[in-house]
Amino acid sequence: MKKYLNYIALPAIALGLVACEPEFDNDITDEGVYTSGEADFSNYVAVGNSLTAGYADQALYITGQQNSYPNIMAQQFELAGGGEFTQPLVNDNTGGILLGGQQILPNRFVLAVDAEGNPGPARLSGTPTTDITNVLTGSFNNYGVPGAKSFHLLAPGYGNVAGVQTGQANPYFVRFASSANATVIGDAVAANPTFFSLWIGNNDILGFATSGGSGVDQTGNLDPTTYGGNDITDPNVFASVYAQEVAALVSTGAKGALVNIPDVTSIPYFTTVPSQAIPLDAQTAGTLNAVFGAYNTQILPGLVQFGVITADEAALRQVTFQEGANFITIQDEDLTDISTIVQGAPFNLDPITAGLLSQLRQTTNEDLIPLPASGVLGTTDQEFFDFLVNVAGVSPEQAALQSINGVSRPLQDANVLTTSEQTLIANAQAQYNATIRALADANDLAFVDAQSELQAVAQGGVAFNGGVLTSAFVTGGAFSLDGVHPSPRGYAFTANAIIDAINEKYNATVPNVNIGNYGTVTASNDVN
Amino acid sequence: MKKVLSAFVLLLVGTMVYAGGYRVSLQGQRGLAMGHTGVAMINNAELAFFNPGGLIHLENKLNIAAGGFGVFSDVKFQNPEYGQSVQTDSPTGTPLYLYASYKLNERVAVGLAVYTPYGSTVEYPTDWAGSHLVNSIELSAIFIQPLASFKLLDDLSIGGGPILAIGGVNFNRNLSRSTVDIDGNRSNVEIDAQGVNAFGFSVGAMITPSDMWSFGLNYRSKIDVKVEAGDGDAVFTNVPNSPLSPIQNGTYDFTATLPLPAEWTVGASFKPTEKWTLNFDYNYAEWEAYDSLDLDFLNSDGSVALESRNARNYKNASTFRLGAQYEVSSKFALRAGTYFDESPVRDGYFAPETPRNDSFGFTGGLTFNVTDKLAIDASFLYLRFKEVDASYDYYEENGVITPFEGTYKSSAFSPGIGVSYKL
Repeated sequence: MKKYLNYIALPAIALGLVACEPEFDNDITDEGVYTSGEADFSNYVAVGNSLTAGYADQALYITGQQNSYPNIMAQQFELAGGGEFTQPLVNDNTGGILLGGQQILPNRFVLAVDAEGNPGPARLSGTPTTDITNVLTGSFNNYGVPGAKSFHLLAPGYGNVAGVQTGQANPYFVRFASSANATVIGDAVAANPTFFSLWIGNNDILGFATSGGSGVDQTGNLDPTTYGGNDITDPNVFASVYAQEVAALVSTGAKGALVNIPDVTSIPYFTTVPSQAIPLDAQTAGTLNAVFGAYNTQILPGLVQFGVITADEAALRQVTFQEGANFITIQDEDLTDISTIVQGAPFNLDPITAGLLSQLRQTTNEDLIPLPASGVLGTTDQEFFDFLVNVAGVSPEQAALQSINGVSRPLQDANVLTTSEQTLIANAQAQYNATIRALADANDLAFVDAQSELQAVAQGGVAFNGGVLTSAFVTGGAFSLDGVHPSPRGYAFTANAIIDAINEKYNATVPNVNIGNYGTVTASNDVN
Repeated sequence: MKKVLSAFVLLLVGTMVYAGGYRVSLQGQRGLAMGHTGVAMINNAELAFFNPGGLIHLENKLNIAAGGFGVFSDVKFQNPEYGQSVQTDSPTGTPLYLYASYKLNERVAVGLAVYTPYGSTVEYPTDWAGSHLVNSIELSAIFIQPLASFKLLDDLSIGGGPILAIGGVNFNRNLSRSTVDIDGNRSNVEIDAQGVNAFGFSVGAMITPSDMWSFGLNYRSKIDVKVEAGDGDAVFTNVPNSPLSPIQNGTYDFTATLPLPAEWTVGASFKPTEKWTLNFDYNYAEWEAYDSLDLDFLNSDGSVALESRNARNYKNASTFRLGAQYEVSSKFALRAGTYFDESPVRDGYFAPETPRNDSFGFTGGLTFNVTDKLAIDASFLYLRFKEVDASYDYYEENGVITPFEGTYKSSAFSPGIGVSYKL
């Protein structure tokens, strides 16, 4: 028995060992299948703003951080010698932020269905638990700070809790700054990166854009401490601080990737609400045309005649309506304020009508309407309605007709990003991007053209296994519910773009991720 | 001996993921050792499975064979484009069998067969790249079959009997590749139904023209294992709390049908000398019965809450088997065999729940006659699959076909042990 058993048992056991471990001809977990090339991913540190932090749905929450592009990249880097990637995770998925127990930032958006069955963004209910006074200690790999502008990364005290209420400090950086006086770049360099990515500068134009251009273009002003939150950063300031940041990051010998600034016009925050957003029937359009008839045919030519406005401006200021979709009426601060003149002879308009006409025009296809305006258009301007009824003595019926936002009540500047405001943004952006490109070349770093990548998503979309990624709000898949920040799938797409640039620059072979495995917007009816 | 036995008992853990589709060809030590042949070979009570028509030819009045197998089986998946790589986590699976026959007279024998011809146990890491198709699956079916065998002529006998099939399924998968709840947990469904009954039959015939040759034919009917409302539970978890979700969290009844396909076997056994026996078996399984895995999840009022249609489109498949036995002495017999098992899975329908492609089986084994009545039978199987680049192209996400593809490599090893008793 024993003799025979050996004949059977030994080969059987040997075969068993073989059988339990099927082997690929080319196993991708073998060493050397994916390589880092001339780069070293063992300690990857990401520096940037909300995009780097994984901010989405107008909040920072854990799953968003887990789907940040640096974290996605780090998981792929692991296949090519990458090490652990630690992030300063917030406490929960509600997204709200507390300061000493008081909520200072709201909860995240989720896609909720309202009573009429319409899906739309709404704030997730629940009590946030992330209090910025609970400071995380230790070194991290993700130094993405939501809200940071280029110069903030170099600002001492940007993580000082005492400065949060005054706007001198950033609540997100307070959570994990190494000290009250630390700088973001200082902490990132102290983390001793072997490889880094830097994506900063978006907020240097984005605040201006999302505020409808209500900030100031600070081009020419070299002192960023005097800037307001919605201002455009001077391109020379940007170039100076960006160069210092790159210099600090390469000082450790690290290689890295610099990411440029996409167009604000490629984000759904500006592409969702059409400028031709006012539906009218034939009768209403006729009534309105009658109301504006004298303005178009007498007042505007008259003003040209008096030399108050040019013929070009008069043409721009024509207001006409038609059956179907109509352009929105707006107050454009770049137009001549005619409110005083038209109150005088020969027009002799009342102050209310004069106020309506002061800087009035209709939008064109080139104007951008920020997403929040969708909640304003066609609604009644209650304040103006009350004024008409209670102060001016207008009948409620008449007041209602004169108080329709975007029609009889022009949208205020904050609800429109006009072409001239877009030009300011585009000019600054072009100069920032020239700086980023030049510094990438000068420091021999990978350059990521995020502008082109996001343009591809916005213009027709990018195909993936399972559909097409577009920047259409909610349905397109690329953007989260704030219309500005990517969804997990959008961040995965971003990670792939950066990985591609790194592979090309450093002869690395880090694989892309399958973006179809990442989610888009999160549905929930747990809302307030 | 005891030590060896307990060692083998310890080895009775593993998984059943082989033979075409979810068919598991592990129905007897002696048969398996000879390439899982036996439709035409008169040997022991294993005939109750391979060909009940032959039971009447067994020399003894009472014949019993019982045993089991330990299954070690693994599947590796990788997709180099995305750096995805997983290996299944082999869970336990222990196919067992028990056969008995009793000769009433020279012309009639009765018998009983209990065996597990179908099963599939695959466990991937939860939320792996193909989790929208399967996280884990455990299919099982026990067949219980009373039998009768008749000698019609001196060289022709037939036999057969009804089959009571008791099936069970446990299946876990995610609802999509990316749907998560507010905390990022993937939306998931787990269906479980055990003890589902169904009926079928098998019949066989054996022709024994000479001492050297015998021929066999066996047919096992198709059995549809139907899960009706109330037979099992489908539990949905981590589904977003939203009217936009296809279904809400909770427990639902479900209906499903899983066909256990009809199977034909013909074969010949040749005994050129006293010591040698050679077998050739050919199996033909009518896998076309497995067209689609359709699940309907039901509301409490019986209406359909959610449908799941999973195209399978299997094709009928053949298995070619060869086996040899050499009787060293009255105490020992050695066996070896091989077979080629054609996969029923068509191109583009390669679902990771049954990662099957064509395979070669290599088998061996022995019998040790402890006494004239009692014998110990042992066998092993090594099943070798070619590495294959395959995809499942019939999964839809938001109305868009979303293929799941990659490279698969599977292997299986199965040692078995049993006893044969005759009186």
